[in-house]
Amino acid sequence: MEKRVVFKSPWLPYALVAPQLAITLVFFFWPASQALYWSLLIQDAFAARTQFVWFDNFRDLFNDPHYLASFQITAVFSILVTVIGLAVALLLAVFADRVVRGAKVYKTLLIWPYAVAAAVAAVLWVFLLNPTLGVVTHLLRALGYDWNYLLNARQALILIVIAAVWKQISYNFLFFLAGLQSVPKSLIEAAAIDGAGPARRFWTIVFPMLSPTTFFLLVVNIVYAFFDTFAIVDAATGGGPVQATAILVFKVYQDGVQALDLGGSAAQSVILMAIVIALTVAQFRFVERKVQY
Amino acid sequence: MMKSGNSTLARAALAVALFALATQAQAVTEIQWWHSMTGKLNDIVADIATKFNASQTEYKVTAIYKGQYDESMTAAIAAYRAGNPPQIVQVFEVGTATMMAAKGAVKPVYQLMAEEHEPFDSKGFLGAVASYYSDTSGHLISMPFNSSTQVLYINDDAFKKAGLDPANPPKTWPEVEQAAAKLKASGAACGFTTGWQSWVQLESFSAWHNVPFATLQNGLGGMGTRLEFNGPVQVKHIQNLADWAKKGEFTYKGRKDEPLAAFTSGECGMITTSSGSYANIKANAKFAWRTATLPYYADVKGAPQNTVIGGATLWVLNQKDKNMYKGIAKFFTYLSSAEVQEKWHADTGYVPITLTAYDLAKQKGLYTERPGFDIAIKELTNKPPTANSKGLRLGNFVQIRNIIDEELENVWSGQKNAKQALDEAVKRGNEQLERFERANSN
Repeated sequence: MEKRVVFKSPWLPYALVAPQLAITLVFFFWPASQALYWSLLIQDAFAARTQFVWFDNFRDLFNDPHYLASFQITAVFSILVTVIGLAVALLLAVFADRVVRGAKVYKTLLIWPYAVAAAVAAVLWVFLLNPTLGVVTHLLRALGYDWNYLLNARQALILIVIAAVWKQISYNFLFFLAGLQSVPKSLIEAAAIDGAGPARRFWTIVFPMLSPTTFFLLVVNIVYAFFDTFAIVDAATGGGPVQATAILVFKVYQDGVQALDLGGSAAQSVILMAIVIALTVAQFRFVERKVQY
Repeated sequence: MMKSGNSTLARAALAVALFALATQAQAVTEIQWWHSMTGKLNDIVADIATKFNASQTEYKVTAIYKGQYDESMTAAIAAYRAGNPPQIVQVFEVGTATMMAAKGAVKPVYQLMAEEHEPFDSKGFLGAVASYYSDTSGHLISMPFNSSTQVLYINDDAFKKAGLDPANPPKTWPEVEQAAAKLKASGAACGFTTGWQSWVQLESFSAWHNVPFATLQNGLGGMGTRLEFNGPVQVKHIQNLADWAKKGEFTYKGRKDEPLAAFTSGECGMITTSSGSYANIKANAKFAWRTATLPYYADVKGAPQNTVIGGATLWVLNQKDKNMYKGIAKFFTYLSSAEVQEKWHADTGYVPITLTAYDLAKQKGLYTERPGFDIAIKELTNKPPTANSKGLRLGNFVQIRNIIDEELENVWSGQKNAKQALDEAVKRGNEQLERFERANSN
């Protein structure tokens, strides 16, 4: 027989979820509905004149080949940031999990980059890779490789991927490390006794048991790549050369905050929101099936 | 008992003290001045406010750093929309059209000064400065503050090494190319670069050669302007730069101020960039250098005309409390006085905005002490400004500059020729102008 705890009071359950609901309403639904409304307006910066224009902002966007190109750049960027970020963090976490001596120092050092602001992270990498002053640039030149992300689109993309990944690795690392430490030692020892080598133990036992963590990080990292990276692009490349690194969220920031085109920027953020909602739903429907809890 | 009595007494004393402070604060009207000046410039701005505050007792100007130009402008607009605007905000030149179109949000400076009976003569300002910020009837809408223009800087040591005479810097663009070729031949990594490519190589370039950048006096004539910087003079120049880039004589080093580092590090022997970079170069260059006049094409009729400015002005936002205006007007009178302006000019490298401040600097021997420091002013006042050289006023200018940057990068990387890129930039820029007109028409 099923045992259920039931609230006797009719209002208590609502009171308990009310704070949660209030936060969601105030910090998600309200701004999202504002963005939806604004995306249908054309307004001057001071809001002295407001016109309701239906879907004109969206029409302008989809008639702009540069905006359409930005989708592809965003896709490539997000996939690279997510895949590289997860892979490197997992590798580091597996190593850190095995380290006995100095483990705390090693872990602390790996967590540090998370405390660095996105714009600062970008500037740090720009200092290393700047075509005029960069230390790494000089090394690459000495090796005969011409590094100049100011004109080379691929190199510019590499630069922002490195900065974005570096910034996020600590976060991924923390979760992977916690996940690894909750894998029962007895399972691994049993496999070792059966003669499974380290690689096989990892792929058949540890990796499947990490799948809830990996799935969670996959969702978080994609959202990170889509939403939280504009400061990196702004500080590192400004979207250039041409528009090689102008990812969708950077264009939202550029048009809305820097250029004060609020209607156009709101329309872009609505599109971005739709993409991320679709991606998250897809992940929960298709990827989550493979997750073993 | 004794203890509690003491604390009651202390509280009462504190209350009296606070009340006294509060009434004192009420007597002084606070004027907030939002700006975007960093580092040493921030200190100088704070110093101006402090000295003004010490000069009288009724008003207190508080200078507040609100982030970079775009950030402080956005912050001021947000504050205005929330019904609590600052009194004065510093806005960069590309924001001018947005500010001017802001119906009812801005108090024009000429009106403010007239209403408050403060002496104000827009003829006293440098022509190229005043025209950039005046309405169609010649009234100043915002208060000129920090203005700079474009000059050529050369590395004397690199010039000597290449067998060139630094005392005789290149005057025309073909001479720049010859010098860059010689610098390259002497082993320099880069002959010549430029900062702020849109501003230097197209906006001011057009004024300097007296060709239009956009219709309706580059937008000063009002709404409905369209870009036309894809004319033969501009196309020829950009194509020349592209050809020189292929030969390695011109090197692209970034959209904004980043290229300056390539000059101060000694990598590039020449740079065209803001006259406001003087202090930075002086602090960082470990070689002999000098300022020279912006190059031109001798075969273009009327060149050189005059250059256009960049920088920022101070805008007065509409106030509910009309008593504020008196204080703002008094502060502007103080700010534009010859002494304050001459010191600002000498300390920062921005041009003095009034002719009397320029005269004062000459009297004080500033230009004999620092040769080349007056080249920017000479360029701005070279000839009376024409319809093509008064300034630019374009809606969505931030986006238009981005578009120009993008299309020029297509040229430097060899993906487009100058004509294709400038045609495309004009087309895309005009779409932005149409969008701006739509947002700002009734």
